Parts: sequence; structure tokens; C-alpha cells
Amino acid sequence: MIFLQHYWWFLVSLLGALLVFLMFVQGANSVIFRLGTNEKDYKLIINSTGRKWELTFTTLVTFGGAFFASFPLFYSTSFGGAYWLWMIILFTFVLQAVSYEFQSKLGNLLGQTTYRRFLVVNGVFAPILLGGAVATFFNGSNFIVQKANITDLGAPVISAWANGSNGLDALLDPWNLILGFAVLFLARILGILYLMNNIADENLRTRASAQVLGNAVPFLVLFLAFFIRTLLKDGFAVNPDTGFISVEPLKYFHNLTDMWYVALIILIGVAGVLHGIVRTIISKTYIRGIWPAGIGTVLVVLGLLLCAGWNNTAYYPSNADLQSSLTIFNSCSSEFTLRTMAYVSLLIPFVLAYIVYAWRSIDRKPLTADELDENNHTY
Amino acid sequence: MNIELIDWSRAQFALTAMYHWLFVPLTLGLGIIMSIMETIYHHNSDAFWKSTTQFWQKIFGINFAIGVATGIILEFEFGTNWSNYSWFVGDIFGAPLAIEGILAFFMEATFVAVMFFGWEKVSKRFHLTATWLTAIGATISAWWILVANSWMQHPTGMEFNPDTVRNEMMDFFAVALQPTAIVKFFHSVMSGWVVGAAVVTGISCWFLLKQRHARFAVSSMKVAAIFGLFASLTVAFTGDASGIEVAKQQPMKLAAAEGLRQGSEGAAFSIVPGIEIPKMLSILATHDSNGYVPGINDLVAEGGKRIENGRKAIAALGDYRAAKAEGNDAAAVAARKQLDEYMSDFGYGYLQRPEDLVPPIGLTYWAFRIMTGFGCYLIAFFAAVLLVLYHKKLKLQKWMYVVGFITIPISYIAGQAGWIVAEVGRQPWAIQDLLPVNAAISRLNPTNVKITFSLFLIFFTILLIAEIRILCKAVKNGPELPD
Repeated sequence: MIFLQHYWWFLVSLLGALLVFLMFVQGANSVIFRLGTNEKDYKLIINSTGRKWELTFTTLVTFGGAFFASFPLFYSTSFGGAYWLWMIILFTFVLQAVSYEFQSKLGNLLGQTTYRRFLVVNGVFAPILLGGAVATFFNGSNFIVQKANITDLGAPVISAWANGSNGLDALLDPWNLILGFAVLFLARILGILYLMNNIADENLRTRASAQVLGNAVPFLVLFLAFFIRTLLKDGFAVNPDTGFISVEPLKYFHNLTDMWYVALIILIGVAGVLHGIVRTIISKTYIRGIWPAGIGTVLVVLGLLLCAGWNNTAYYPSNADLQSSLTIFNSCSSEFTLRTMAYVSLLIPFVLAYIVYAWRSIDRKPLTADELDENNHTY
Repeated sequence: MNIELIDWSRAQFALTAMYHWLFVPLTLGLGIIMSIMETIYHHNSDAFWKSTTQFWQKIFGINFAIGVATGIILEFEFGTNWSNYSWFVGDIFGAPLAIEGILAFFMEATFVAVMFFGWEKVSKRFHLTATWLTAIGATISAWWILVANSWMQHPTGMEFNPDTVRNEMMDFFAVALQPTAIVKFFHSVMSGWVVGAAVVTGISCWFLLKQRHARFAVSSMKVAAIFGLFASLTVAFTGDASGIEVAKQQPMKLAAAEGLRQGSEGAAFSIVPGIEIPKMLSILATHDSNGYVPGINDLVAEGGKRIENGRKAIAALGDYRAAKAEGNDAAAVAARKQLDEYMSDFGYGYLQRPEDLVPPIGLTYWAFRIMTGFGCYLIAFFAAVLLVLYHKKLKLQKWMYVVGFITIPISYIAGQAGWIVAEVGRQPWAIQDLLPVNAAISRLNPTNVKITFSLFLIFFTILLIAEIRILCKAVKNGPELPD
């Protein structure tokens, strides 16, 4: 059972890490009007990210589904409690999903510019809010879990938010916002690097390259501030035998020293992100920065999430009632379900393989303005 | 629980589900139709079929995104608005949603991009494969979500664990392959195919009415009508099987759908109030002309005892947890015994009175009649279209084009009515006999739900209008056929 709990936390963390990488779609959309100077540029950017948005969207849905299947108490507590936080995130993704297809179509009711602004809204707010939500894994949230409530015939709800803000209070914690903005700038960096790699347009590439530094500096400052503070702050430890949760000084620092391989993953990831950024800045011809930076992002986020949930750590701490905090032990599905789903998860490499194959088939040649004129289906 | 909160939460879920089912059926049906058309192109390399496929893919694309968008809201609403549900049965219910994501959504999302943008980038064979995999991905997705929905209608393959206060899966295949799920899958997916066929036939009729693209319209109709007739007949057959399942598992839903107050042997089927077919309901529900079908009053009469039993089960759960906390093993064993004895009525304990077991009768009754009436019409429609298309002496007439076009909204209304029967008819249950909606809900201020309901209503309606306008413009522009 312990192996399965850790295995599923790994899979959920991996999906979360892939989601952050795939938010290059959001990042690129957030700079549509900054990078583009004319209609051709806008069309190139939107059609470039428009060929990937479904993967980001699907990863978000699967991340939710996997969390539901493996840690249903998180699904119940976080989504039911932090109602507004999740609703706003979802709403921005709905805006995005329709905007690609509708923005260039005749009769779209709201006009092309409105739909493009929807893409920018999703591009800015989704990374900030998702980053903020992830930060609560380290900083805690205000909820109470009381399973005994199930026998209260009048109000049998077992978990609820401890105040009336329904999750918006997460945005009052500056450290949540700091990670939120760090994720936004990271998404913008990844988006710019992706566009440089995916679009064959020299003017656009030149302007994109110039934007990398402006986003890299705030990203590094914010991310390092969050990371260092997290390592130095108190963390939330769980006794695996009793389930008792306590505050432990330097818990996340201890997690990295106890799990050296997680620290290594984060270090390699940071090196990858920095390599992608720095080489793009110093070389005028280098356009493949999305790959080291993207893989690096996956590794860093994976490492951070493993640090939040492994090594007897409460991954969703409660600031309202410490003993309500969620751990991979008290919030997981039954052994039968985790094992059954583990068999299903063996298909994931095949899924990844066909995604890579299909992606390469479509992206063998970078996107050009001529292609948009020739293609039957463009956004 | 706050009644206002329950009603608004139900309204929000119903709103999202109904909007979702405006877009998903076309994705399911049109996905297969355009795949068949591309297969024809693959075999004969006739550019006409390529253009025909591309036109229907354009219609598919306009509809696809908004179906995806409403779907994500639905998935997360299980957590945001039905958080108690998410814990109480998350061990079982989460699995189909996760499998749907891993197996179906990625397939759909990956290959839909190849389908739209790969015409000039990948080989003809790979493109055809991508088109089929997009349609198959959508169908597999429907399979898993309908497995989840069927489990709510007929919970099976699980056991209640009083230590974790939730139901836990014991038999995956009992959940994934139960007859209710199989019947529901074919019934729902085929109804989506019917919508796809009706849309293709209806739009083709419009072109014929306007005397444009005659070859394109007739060729599209030939594919769609065969497909539509097959699908509508399957919907009818699975509807019959579904009736048997509902009679066994959700007798109150059947009684409400029939407006049957008093149960009887040899029960009559009500066509509309005042017109009945003797013994037909017994035949449909039990496949026996003298079979007994319970009525609403009979089931309400049983309800009092079941509510009492349910409260005993819930009290026993409290006793069990208290005994365990105190380390009193003997008391825990006794409480567990009582819990097991009354567990089958557990959910009834949250109801206040037996009358709470009755779903809205008028809505369920008329939705059932609309569903079955339009379902019969659709069989006749596709049969008639095929007859006219393939009979040498018959010719398509102008009035037929108008009928064909009007059939588009009829197919949608039939599908919506079907879901009203399925979901309104099972109230007050979130999970049949196990968890009523008042015990499944999140603890929220009703104002929050009112605001999100209003936002979704306004936004989804704007998007629906936008989609219809875009579709109309796309149809008006017509296909780009080779000279």
C-alpha cells in the first residue's frame, strides 16, 4: 500500500509537472500583443499555440481525474472548499477553449479582438492561479475535515472551508502570489521559446528573443525567493504510524537532504531551464531553447511536488486545523483502486509515445505565413 | 442542509450537463460520419470526397471546442459542488474519470490536431488513421463517463468501509462492464450518432432547397441516412433493454416516467394522459404481459420503513466510530453488525419523509414521451430518406428538404429529453439508494452558487448563439468542391 501511495503521488506530480510545461500555450498567449505587431504575427502566434492547446487542456483534465481517482479527499476538500479559486481557473480555460476556433470565424458575435483578449486573460490568470494553488501545498489552506459529520443527518458534509472566502484567501498570502507570478513568467519564457522554435519568421524570432531576458529576471527572482523561503520555513510532517501531523522546522530542506535524488532532479531541472534561457539570450541562431527549458521545468516541478508529498509530509496542510491536513496516507483511495489504476497507468508510456510521434509529424517543418494561406483549417 | 443551496447546485449541474449534451452528440456522430467519408476518399482518391470530408470536419471543429470546454466544468463540479459525493464514492467514481483522461482524451486531443492541420503534412493513410482515432477517442471517452454515470444509477462492485467512511471498489469489472453501463453506452452514443446523421442530412437538405452543391448534398445524405437509420434502430432496441434495467433498479423512475400512481399486474402503458395500451407497460418493464409494476404510492409506502432503516444504519456508523475511538471492540463489532444489516437502506436515512422519494413527475412523464415520440419519428425519417434516395421511381421533393432541416432540432430535443428522464427521474438520489443529493453536496453559501450559475448561464448562452451563427455562416459559404 505504501508503495502505491507513493507511486500515485509520483504520477499526479508528473502530470502536474507536464501541465506546467504545457502552459507554454498560456505563456505565449499572454504575449500575443507584445510580440505581434500586425495581423500576420497574431495569426502565426495563435495558430502555433492553437495546435497544442488541447494537450494542455487534456493534461489539466487528466490531472484532475488522476487526483480524483488516487486522492479523493483532496478532490473533495480542495475543490469543494476553495470554490472560487478553482471556478476562476476553470472559467479562464473555458474562455481559451472556444477562443481559438471562434476568433477568426465569421458571425462569432463578440468580435475577433474579444476572443483574442480571452486568450490573453487565460494566458495571464491561469498560470498565476494554478501557481498560487500549488503554493498552498507548502503554505497551507483554511479547511477542516471532520469525517464524523457523516452521521449528522442535517449537515453530513465531511470537509469544508473554515472561512467564507472559499479559497480566495489563498491569494492574500504573498508567498502564494509570488509562486503564482513566478509560474506566469516561466510560462511566458516557455511560450516565447516555443514560438521561436515553432514559427519560421525572422522578425518574430528576433522580437521573441529580445523578450526572454525581461521575463527571465523576474522569474528567477520570484522563484528563488519562493524556493529559498520554502527550504527555510517550517513544514508539515506526518507520523506514518499514528497519522499525527506536526510542524517541523526546515521540513522541506530535510526532505531534500533525505531524498537526495529529488534534490538532484530539481538541480538538473534548474540547469535545464537556465541552459534554455541563457543560450537563447546569448545566441542569435539558437531556437531550440524550449526543449532544455521545457524538460527542466518538468523536472523542477516534479521535484517540488515530490518534496511536498513524499518523506512523511502533509501535502495539503490545513492552517485552520493541523490534524485535518491531507497526506498521501489519509487522503488516498483504497489499495484495490490504487492497484487497479496502477495497471492502467502502465499505458501512459504508449500514450506519451503516440503524442510525441504525432507532434513530430505536425511540427517537422516550422509554421510559416504561407502555410496559413494554404491550409484549409486555420484559426 | 440548505434547500436553496441544494436546488442551485442541482440547477448548475443540470445547466452544465445540458449544454454539454448540446455539443457532445454532434462530436460523436459527425466524428464517425466524417471518418467514413475520408475512408471513401482514401479508397477512391476522388478529390470530391476530400472536399466533402473537409467541409464536415470544419463543422466538427466549430462544435468540438465548446464541448470540451463544458466537459471540464462538469468534471470539476463533482468536486466543487458535490464534495461529499467525491469522498463518499471517489474511490470508485474517480477511476473511470482518470481512465477517460489517460485513454480517451489524449487520443482525441492528439489526433484532432493531426486531423485539422495534417492534410498536407502527413501521409494520406496517417491522416485517415488520425481522423478515425479522433472519433474513436471521443467514443472511448463516452464509454468511461457513461460507466461512471451508470454506476450512479446502479451502484455495484463496492463495499462500505466504516473506518474510512466511504464506499470502496471491490470489483473493477463489475463497475466497468455492468449491463446498465453497456446498455447506457449504446443508447447514449447511438443517440449522438443520430444527431450527427440528422445534422448532415438537414444541412444537405438545405443545400438542395437552395439548389446548391447537389452532388455533395445527396452523397452526404446517403452516408448519413444509412448511419442514422442504424443508430436510431439501435437506440430503440437499447431503450427497451434500458427499460428492463430501470424497472429492476430504479422502479420509482419508471413509475414517475409513466405517471403510475398505483402498481398493478398487467399494467397499461400511457401514451398521453387518457390514452393507454393495455398490459404494455408490464411487457416493456418485465417482458411479461402480467408482470407486476409498482406505482409511486407503493414505493412511497415502502419508503417509511426504509428511512427508518437508513437512520439505524447511520446511527450504527456513529456508534461504530465512537466505539473504535474508545477502543471498545465488542461495541464496535455490535455496531458493525447493525450497520451491515441496514446498509442497503443507508441513503434513505438522510431523507426527511417518504414523499421525498418522488421525483418531479410531470417533467419526467413528458420528457419520456418526447424522447420516445421523437425517437420513433427519427427511425421513420431516416427510413424514408433512404427509400427516396435509393428508389428509382421516387424523387426528393421541396417539402422533404424542409422536413429534413426541421429534423435537426428534433434530434437534439430527443437527446435532451432522454437525459431529463435519466437524471430528473432518479431524484432525490445522487447515487441510487446510497446517497441523496442533500447529503452529497458541498457546504457553500448559496450566493456563491447563484453567481457561478448565472455566469455559466450567460456565458454558455452567448457561446451557443455564437456557435450557431458561425455554423450558419460556414454552411452558407458551403464546401469548396473541386471543379
